[in-house]
Amino acid sequence: MKVDWRRNDYSRVPFRLHHDPEVYELEMERIFRGPTWNYLCLEAELPKPHDFRTTWVGDTPVIVSRDADGKVHAFVNRCSHRGALIVRELRGNAERLVCLYHRWCYSNAGELTGLPFRKGLKGEGGMPEDFDMRAVSPTRLRVQSMNGVLFGTFSDRTEPLERYLGEFGTGMVKRFFHKPVKVLGYSRQRIAGNWKLYAENLRDTYHASLLHEFFVTYGVDRATQKGGVKMDERHRHNMNHAYAASDSQEDALKAYADTAARLDRMRLRDTKLLEYKHEFADGMNLAAPVFFPNALLIQINNTIGTRQIRPKSVDEHEVFQTLFCYEDDDEAMVRHRLISANLVGPAGFVSMEDGEAIEVVQKATRSAGEACAVIEMGGRGPVKDETHRVTESPIRGFWSYWAELMGVEAPGGIR
Amino acid sequence: MNPWYDLMAEYGTALDEDRLEDWVELFVEDCDYRVVTRENVQQNLPNVLMWCDNKNMLRDRVESYRQVNLYNPHYDRHVIGPLRKLGESAFEASYSLFQTDLEGTSRLFSVGRYRVEVAGKQIKTMLVIADTGTIPSLLATPI
Repeated sequence: MKVDWRRNDYSRVPFRLHHDPEVYELEMERIFRGPTWNYLCLEAELPKPHDFRTTWVGDTPVIVSRDADGKVHAFVNRCSHRGALIVRELRGNAERLVCLYHRWCYSNAGELTGLPFRKGLKGEGGMPEDFDMRAVSPTRLRVQSMNGVLFGTFSDRTEPLERYLGEFGTGMVKRFFHKPVKVLGYSRQRIAGNWKLYAENLRDTYHASLLHEFFVTYGVDRATQKGGVKMDERHRHNMNHAYAASDSQEDALKAYADTAARLDRMRLRDTKLLEYKHEFADGMNLAAPVFFPNALLIQINNTIGTRQIRPKSVDEHEVFQTLFCYEDDDEAMVRHRLISANLVGPAGFVSMEDGEAIEVVQKATRSAGEACAVIEMGGRGPVKDETHRVTESPIRGFWSYWAELMGVEAPGGIR
Repeated sequence: MNPWYDLMAEYGTALDEDRLEDWVELFVEDCDYRVVTRENVQQNLPNVLMWCDNKNMLRDRVESYRQVNLYNPHYDRHVIGPLRKLGESAFEASYSLFQTDLEGTSRLFSVGRYRVEVAGKQIKTMLVIADTGTIPSLLATPI
């Protein structure tokens, strides 16, 4: 595979990369099954011994399971025998995981532990004497938990998780998960677009207050608020963040004068939707740290959750969102978090537009050939942290790391 | 005709004809409208896709759709099945919701059931339990 980047700072990205099935297959191998840490699920979803749940790493089905001693394992959800899904349920509790097809049995650690008629019947049939169950057990992922957030990697070469996430990434996991959490539930959104369009969207702080007009109109978040973008040293992860009530109405009115935003004309009849109860020492009411390749943590006011990107094919992905609360939240706080949940997810006031924006890009670029996206908001050249949000340079950081893993870096490409 | 049938006929038609303001008027002030998914209900999880716990929140959602939110231009078509009585003022019904885009391509958008509690001729609570937990594209106009 070759990519003609035109520029070494990834300010031009060929649209073909969202449509080429060969690119997609290579991504599954070199990125998702390559030297990256992928979000799996939360430990809170597997509280007891023998609990399991299913998840995805790229388009590989994965089982995450806790053994009798409490250790968490992850392995490919594919029977060693003839390739059936071992587990079909979303979650459960079982000491032995049994494939339905020929009843091959697996432990919570993903080891093949037995199979029917192994020694045949009355001396006839059966598996060869020297059949080695261990040698054919499903591929295992290396699993690491950070404050109860489970990450997995297929590669032995992947650097330690803390180094991979970097200082700010590690700090953000510890911020969101500073005490025990309880899952409130899930939502799924199936978007007819390449998964990288979602990854770009998460790194594009420029769009937030323009596409999601709700943010601006009702004063949840405006580019005039104090905030910015942060990245790790390799520019593969990023975070858009803002501080509550840190701008003035006059500044905002001036800044949005030439947009359609209706800053001073609309008020919610029921303002509890936008109530923000301060709960983090850093004062941020909006934080969205994104971890290459498949995850983000999301805080919008008091809604907190994780999102996982699950690629389904070259032109489709699912956004799987897990909302949670803290174990010590009282009933009123849980209710408040659920009311705030109107802001996020597939029907969220400040998120529904993303699905539409991505789908119209996918539709329009199918025929674009080697034409390129123009990514210059925030400047050209090296990528760096900013204390403003009128930028999309983290997108260039994403492509730079993507190109490195895919083995197609631009000549003299920035990193 | 049974007044519950009339109510649900108007419910589906108001949404299909993009008369969202009329749809809001089918609810009492102290209403509760919630869209949840079967996946969460089965696991006893309280997560919501949409939750308006009074009529003002419904009005806010509709006003936001009219003025602020951008979503896929489409036509809705609700097909609501027979009503099954659950009590003196409660019933449930299955629904199918199809979406058609501007070029006339239709798709199944959501199937599930309504659990409804009425107060007089209006809706007191409307719990939408969607079997279709994987929302295609996005969920804007109500189910």
